Amino acid sequence: MFMVRGAKSGRINVFHNTCTHRGAVVCRQPAGNAKAFSCFYHAWTFDSEGRLMGIPDRDAYGGELDLAALSLRPVARVESYRGFVFASFDPDIEDLVSYLAGAIEYLDLVIDSTDGEMEIIKGTNEYCIEANWKLLAENSIDGYHAVSTHDTYFKYLLALGTDLAGGVNGTSYDLGNGHAVLEYRAPWGRPIAKWEPLFGEDSREEIARMRADLISRHGEVRGSRMADTNRNLLIYPNLVVNDIMAITVRTFMPLAPNRMDVTAWELAPRDELAQLRQRRLDSFLTFLGPAGFATPDDLEALESCQQGFTSGGVEWNDISRGMARTPAANDEAQMRAFWRRWSQQMGTAGYGERESR
Amino acid sequence: MTTTTGAPASPAARPAEAAQTAQPAQPTWPTWPVRPDEVVDLDALGRSRIEDFLCLEAQLLDAWDLDTWLTLFAPEASYVVPCNDSPDGDPARDLVLIDDDELRLRLRVERLNSRRAHREYPHSRTNHQFSNVVVGVREGDELPVVASFTVWRFRNGKASYYVGKYHYRFVAIDGRLRIRSKRVVLDMTTLRPAGDLAIIL
Ligand code: FES
Ligand SMILES: [Fe+2]
Repeated sequence: MFMVRGAKSGRINVFHNTCTHRGAVVCRQPAGNAKAFSCFYHAWTFDSEGRLMGIPDRDAYGGELDLAALSLRPVARVESYRGFVFASFDPDIEDLVSYLAGAIEYLDLVIDSTDGEMEIIKGTNEYCIEANWKLLAENSIDGYHAVSTHDTYFKYLLALGTDLAGGVNGTSYDLGNGHAVLEYRAPWGRPIAKWEPLFGEDSREEIARMRADLISRHGEVRGSRMADTNRNLLIYPNLVVNDIMAITVRTFMPLAPNRMDVTAWELAPRDELAQLRQRRLDSFLTFLGPAGFATPDDLEALESCQQGFTSGGVEWNDISRGMARTPAANDEAQMRAFWRRWSQQMGTAGYGERESR
Repeated sequence: MTTTTGAPASPAARPAEAAQTAQPAQPTWPTWPVRPDEVVDLDALGRSRIEDFLCLEAQLLDAWDLDTWLTLFAPEASYVVPCNDSPDGDPARDLVLIDDDELRLRLRVERLNSRRAHREYPHSRTNHQFSNVVVGVREGDELPVVASFTVWRFRNGKASYYVGKYHYRFVAIDGRLRIRSKRVVLDMTTLRPAGDLAIIL
C-alpha cells in the first residue's frame, strides 16, 4: 500500500501499490512528492488521484481499453482521526469514530497534551519479531511483565537517579471493540508537564508553565491526567500508542504465523524545549527502541513463547489475572478485551483444528 | 479506581544463576602490536597500526570482554547508531537506535554483563569483521577513521548480520590511542534481517 494526498482533491488516498497493467509496484520511494506515478515496467502512468493518465502506444488496444476501470485500486476504506490515517480492507466496516469506541478519549488525551502541533520525529524503528503478531498486542499493554522482564531497565533508571519508590499505580480498561488501555501513575517524569531532576533545573520553569497552561485549557481533572498519568493504548488489532515518558506509535504486520514486522515512530510536540526533546529521545531509544535496555528483552520473551508453543503439550494460555478484583495495570483484563474481540471475529475458525473435534 | 501494583524496582524472584553456555575462552595477545597502554604518536600512526587497534577491539567484543572494551574509549566517549532509514540522523534532534555517552555506554555494558539481559543471556556468538580502512587527515586533536564492517550474530539456531560503516574519531590521551566517538551507520535498509540490536557493533 502507499498513501498520497491527491493534488486536486486534497484527499488522502491510500492505494494498493500494484500496477493495474501487470502488477509491478508503482510507488518505489519511501517518501516524497510526485505529480504522477509512472510504472517503470511498461510506463503506464497514474496521477495522485489514482487515475490512469498515460499508456505508451495506446493504439495497439484499438480503443477498447476502459481507462477508468484501470485506475489504481484504493484500499476499501480510509478515514482519518486527528491526523491518524486508518485503512481497512473491509468495505463494510463501521465508520472510524464508532470503530474507535472508547479509544477516542485516550487518543485525545495524547493529542491535546500540547497546545501546538504534534509531529513524527525523523528516524523509524523497523524491526522484526519471530513470533505471532498477537503476542505483541498482548505485550504492548502488559504491566505484569515489567518487573521481571525489564529488571535491567529499572536498574538503568536507578543509576540515572530516577526515584522509583512511588511504584506504578493504575487500572486497565476494556474500551470496546477489542481496544484496551492501561492508565497509570509512574515515578518518572513526563516532558509535557511533570518535572523530574533528569530534565534539568533550567526546564523547571517551562514545565511549570506548560502544566498551568494544560490546567487552564482543560481544567484540573483532565489537565493533570494528561500531565501525570501514562497510558499504554492498544487500538484493535495492531496499533499501539504508548504515552509514557516518550510517545510511541507502533504498528505490526503478520508475515507468517510465527513472524511479524514491527514499525514504530516517535510522536512529540513540534515546538518543545531542546532539552526536553533530548530527554524524550533518550527515553524512547533506551526503553522503546530495538537497541535499548528493554525492548530486546520483549523480543526474547515473545520468541520464547512462540518456541514454547511448538512443544504442543500446553494448549491454552492463562490470562485470568485480575478477574477477582478491579483490574489493576498489571492484571490481564486488557488482554481479555483483545482476545474476546478476536474470538468473536474469528468464530470457531479462530481455534484452528479444535473446530473439527 | 486505583489499585497498587507494586514498585517496579522491587527485585523479582531470581533464577539460579548457573552459567548456561560456555563462552569462548578469552583470547590473549602475547605479542600484540598495539596494546591499549602503548604510547603512540597520532601523526605517525599508519593504517596498519589502526587496523591492529580495530582488530583488538573486534576480538574484545567477540570475547564479550566488554569491561576491557570500555577502556578503549576516551572519558568523553560517544557511541551512536542512527536509524536505518536516516543514516544522517542527529541524536540531538532525530530518533536514533543508540546514543550512548560515557555513562550510558557503561550502563549498557553493565546490562550486557548481567544475566537478566534476557536477549543476550546466554550471549550470542559474534564475529566482528572490518575492512576498507581509511585513515583520514587529522582534525584538531582527532584522527578520523572510516571502515566497512560486517558483524555476524549467532544464537539459538538463528544467524543474523549487520553490515555498514564505522566512523571513528580517535584521540591520544597521555599518548595512548583511544576512541572518542564511534558512529555506526547501517547499510541494511531496515533492522528486520537482524530482528533487534541488543549486541554492540
Ligand atoms: S506492469 Fe506496470 S506498466 Fe506494465
Ligand atoms: Fe516490555
